[in-house]
Amino acid sequence: MKGWCHVADLSINFAGIHSPNPFWLASAPPSNSGMQVHRAFEAGWGGAVWKTIGAPVLNVSNRYGAWHYGNQKMLAINNVELISDRPLGVNLREIAEVKRAWPDRAVIVSAMVESKPEIWHDIIRRIQDTGADGIELNYGCPHGMSERGMGSAVGQVPEYCEQITRWVMEVAKIPVIVKLTPNISDIVMPARAAVAAGANAVSLINTINSIIGVDLETLEITPNIGDKGGHGGYAGPAVKPIALNMLAALGRDNIVGGSKLPISGMGGISTWRDAAEFLLLGASSLQVCTAVMHYGFRIVEDLCDGLSNWMDEKGFATIQDVVSRSLHHVSDFNQFDLSFRAIARIDQQICIHCNLCYVACNDTAHQCIDLIAKDGSVVQPLSYDVHANGKEDAISTRAKVVVREDDCVGCRLCFNVCPVEDCIHMIEEPSGRASVTWGQLSQTQREVTEDWEKMKKYREKMGIHIH
Amino acid sequence: MTELQQDTRRAGALGELLPPLTRNEAAVESARCLMCYDAPCTHACPTHIDIPKFIKKISTENLLGSARAILESNLLGATCARVCPVQELCEGACVLGAEHKPIAIGRLQRYAMDFIYGKGTLPFHPAKGTGKKVAVIGAGPAGLSCAGELAKRGHSVTLYERRDLAGGLSTYGIIGLREPVEIALMEVGMIEKLGVKVETGKELGTHFTLADLNAQNFGAVFLSVGLGATPGLGIPGEELIIDGLEYIEQTKLATSKLMIGRNVVVIGAGNTAIDCATIAKRLGGGQVTMVYRRTEHEMTAYAHEYEFIKREGVGFSFLTQPVRVHSKNGTVESLECVRMELGGSDATGRPAPRPVPRSEFLLPADQVVRAIGQHKPSLASQLQLKTEKGFIQVSTEYETSLPGIYAGGDCIRARGAASTVMAVQDGKLAAQAIHERLVSRG
Repeated sequence: MKGWCHVADLSINFAGIHSPNPFWLASAPPSNSGMQVHRAFEAGWGGAVWKTIGAPVLNVSNRYGAWHYGNQKMLAINNVELISDRPLGVNLREIAEVKRAWPDRAVIVSAMVESKPEIWHDIIRRIQDTGADGIELNYGCPHGMSERGMGSAVGQVPEYCEQITRWVMEVAKIPVIVKLTPNISDIVMPARAAVAAGANAVSLINTINSIIGVDLETLEITPNIGDKGGHGGYAGPAVKPIALNMLAALGRDNIVGGSKLPISGMGGISTWRDAAEFLLLGASSLQVCTAVMHYGFRIVEDLCDGLSNWMDEKGFATIQDVVSRSLHHVSDFNQFDLSFRAIARIDQQICIHCNLCYVACNDTAHQCIDLIAKDGSVVQPLSYDVHANGKEDAISTRAKVVVREDDCVGCRLCFNVCPVEDCIHMIEEPSGRASVTWGQLSQTQREVTEDWEKMKKYREKMGIHIH
Repeated sequence: MTELQQDTRRAGALGELLPPLTRNEAAVESARCLMCYDAPCTHACPTHIDIPKFIKKISTENLLGSARAILESNLLGATCARVCPVQELCEGACVLGAEHKPIAIGRLQRYAMDFIYGKGTLPFHPAKGTGKKVAVIGAGPAGLSCAGELAKRGHSVTLYERRDLAGGLSTYGIIGLREPVEIALMEVGMIEKLGVKVETGKELGTHFTLADLNAQNFGAVFLSVGLGATPGLGIPGEELIIDGLEYIEQTKLATSKLMIGRNVVVIGAGNTAIDCATIAKRLGGGQVTMVYRRTEHEMTAYAHEYEFIKREGVGFSFLTQPVRVHSKNGTVESLECVRMELGGSDATGRPAPRPVPRSEFLLPADQVVRAIGQHKPSLASQLQLKTEKGFIQVSTEYETSLPGIYAGGDCIRARGAASTVMAVQDGKLAAQAIHERLVSRG
């Protein structure tokens, strides 16, 4: 998959599963059939997790809903599609055919069956007979299957995860990946169960329970299935931050992180930039679904190309060099330096004067951006005369937005709303105070963290000015 | 060619230049708006429409709310969406203009206006009747705006128009390519639905006097009479020259009278002259030349209009002054002109053109159209109103030198360029002043 100019080696060995690049189709509609996986491999995908096979199912129409925002279509997708509705035998035959045709690619088969040891034993053996490289246990599907005691009904109970994984490991001869559901208070618990049961890897996140919306014309749920609709699995760019947090939580956990079990990351990966972030927070293979459903298999080209170029730029020779690189930067509020100070500064050369920073700061943050007229005076918004008109007047009299740096608390809201790249910078300023965390403060000066009067005195002493 | 065929051809050639935005185009374009705070587009708009507000409403598909947001500030939103020189106003001030494309504010406004007129919903419920009467003279944009705003406030308004149709230049003087006559009349209909009584074919001074209005207990009068007739050039053969505004009017309302030459010379370089040249080119298809005694740097047409007409394939003869029309048996054969050169600044601050001796030459032409501006309003002297540079003088409250007589629109435009949207703002502000006068006097 390497282009002629790339130096970085994108190949991975994930719990013994080899693939020429870290990008796998996630177990989902794109990997529903041999024909699709074949075409995906032709496009350059490193692997595919076959759409879950297992218990018999029937599907419904209007199974995908989508969340659009502004001009961006499909910021997220939600689905009530079940596991593969194609006969088990057909799936197994096609898996075998694809694997034979593509020996260098990773073919992993996702499975979900009734929670009985003999049924799990049977499906695992039949998957192994196809020559597949690995098995993913689908403990995550939040709709339909969960109501039958499978999918997230398993993933939400660590004991079930552990029990079923043990059954699987009794017969498994190829690597087993446990796929985790995010529909749980603490994703670390089922991951620990997977470690305890001897799984070879975990993957996360599966989809999140969601209702896409309500049709304001018909008052029905979107999408409408007959006259019903309901919760479905939410995925796509919008879920990425949730996935990253859960990924990091596993890496930072003593048991899961300590086990060094490889993690396959997914949840909103759409670009190589997303991919790099997942690698940096501990994923060592990457699964993609929604972005493929939006744009097709071809997106793998830029996923690989962009990632390679970035790795070359950064001097990373292999994927393993990248994995978990940023994990040590992840911490908790307790460990943040309370003396760290940043303030917003607006680049007047490139500011386009939309005043979005001004209104955000003034209405909802800390009222520390001023409108400064040409003569240097502070002016109020909307203060022009009703007779004023024309672009010259509007442009030439437009006030500058200037941060009152002494009052800026460094909340970073203005930075986030600014539509101009690199216009607002968060500048690190020495606070003049010794570094201290809340954790340290609550140990060394506990009274300050418990009593507002003591806090007031502490602030005065330290010179912490709250605007 | 039958008259019907001719009409169809004209409708095509002079149909609205830009198509309406589709729903998807409007969604994409409205979502592109940054929603600036204290937005420069709103500042630049003479009527200060809250542009981010109406655009946001388009993006949330609250089109009724969007249309109301526009009409709250500008009752003639449908006309302004089409005829405003947006490049000089809202879109010219758009913060995205510097590095990107400004938001298509005019077209989005038209989208919201098309919606409310298509639906036929009245944007406002007029307030309870106050029993106060106001007469508005002249049913152009300023008069319609003033009348509508006063009707909204519950006053009883009669709008007198000397011509057969209301709408002023929107109806008669703006080329259909920018605004079809139906749009102007639709807006008049909306103003009438707000409760304004429109009386056409009634001219102040001819059919009634201010004293008559006084006798009928009108508490205030608003003069929105526009400008006077177009001046002549004072050259031999003048009678064969066609008046530009009449030329435009014929394309809109009297197509059977319209004759287009194969070799047309348009005298003047303002926006009306450009409209005349557009008509000559699009309907005649022959050679069209605009002659102007100064250069392109001094021409009064908007820069985007100049670019437009050059793309239409119209030629220019700058530093050229007509001196005589040559004709044979009542048919124009050529326009004799003299070359000009620019000297020192004149009263308008522009370099004064002066003829180059013995530089006369003939421009072949079978039709000559004149669009060199309009006379100052003649009503000012008739009513013995104080004037400023020939225009009716008004206070900041739009009151003339006669108490209770207000004025707005092109007839007061002593400073700045006359435009529809400025006239709408005059009407709106004058209505506010008149309202305060009526209320304060019980």
